[in-house]
Amino acid sequence: MRRDVFQAISDPTRREIIQLIAHQPLNLNAIAENFQMSRPAISQHMKVLIECGLVSVDKKGRERHCEARLEKLSEVAQWVEQYQQAWQKKHDRLDKVLEKVKQKTKK
Amino acid sequence: MSTQNKTKVIAEDGKQEMYITREFDAPRDIVFQAHADPDLLVQWLGPENRKMQIEKYDTHSGGAYRYFVCDNQDRPIAAFHGSLHEVTAPERIIQTFEFEGLPERGHVSLGITTFEALPGDRTKVTIHSIFRSTADRDATLRSGMEKGVNEGFQKLDAILASAAVARP
Repeated sequence: MRRDVFQAISDPTRREIIQLIAHQPLNLNAIAENFQMSRPAISQHMKVLIECGLVSVDKKGRERHCEARLEKLSEVAQWVEQYQQAWQKKHDRLDKVLEKVKQKTKK
Repeated sequence: MSTQNKTKVIAEDGKQEMYITREFDAPRDIVFQAHADPDLLVQWLGPENRKMQIEKYDTHSGGAYRYFVCDNQDRPIAAFHGSLHEVTAPERIIQTFEFEGLPERGHVSLGITTFEALPGDRTKVTIHSIFRSTADRDATLRSGMEKGVNEGFQKLDAILASAAVARP
């Protein structure tokens, strides 16, 4: 299964987790306390976030600190930016088409 | 001709829709015509440096369209089709859109294109695209930008590798 940023952020719980740990790293228990769902369900979301590269885990003794890798999120913006550029190019061509039609209708 | 007109794509994280907006220095009926007349569409709608070939494009309510994008020897390599739900000149086109190259059928999206007359014979075009899922929308955002995507995945691979090392 392909893991990417899009998959990581497509789920509302995962987006909340990212927000929660955006400012300070938290261990799994502290994260789970913020949600109504079961620990295994939260663990599953954490696994996806880790596999997507949006969260890194730092092991300190028995504690596992989960830290958000926010720099990954900018990739979504990057893809939107590239899609936008593709449409910009289409629309620049459309500008030329419109110019031709305008010239024709003037005649 | 103005070069200040910028195309904007608004795609919020986790949503299954997006908006594409653009202003044009041309009156609304001409901008509409360029979105409805196959002879004009073929000149701009395809991807850059690729010839577009229209099989049919019946731009009226209840019509249908199908077109191809060709390789550099003008051989069709990708097909797209859809239905025209509503064509109201010169203000609105509502259509479906499906890329035929996916492993399974049914990943269709709905596109509502509105043409708004602005002062000074200018026109604002808004394309509102709605997908069946966020995954479908995101796949569309990623499409046609192989270079950027590959670079993105390379970075992702590196981070995944380091995450794997960090894990117990």
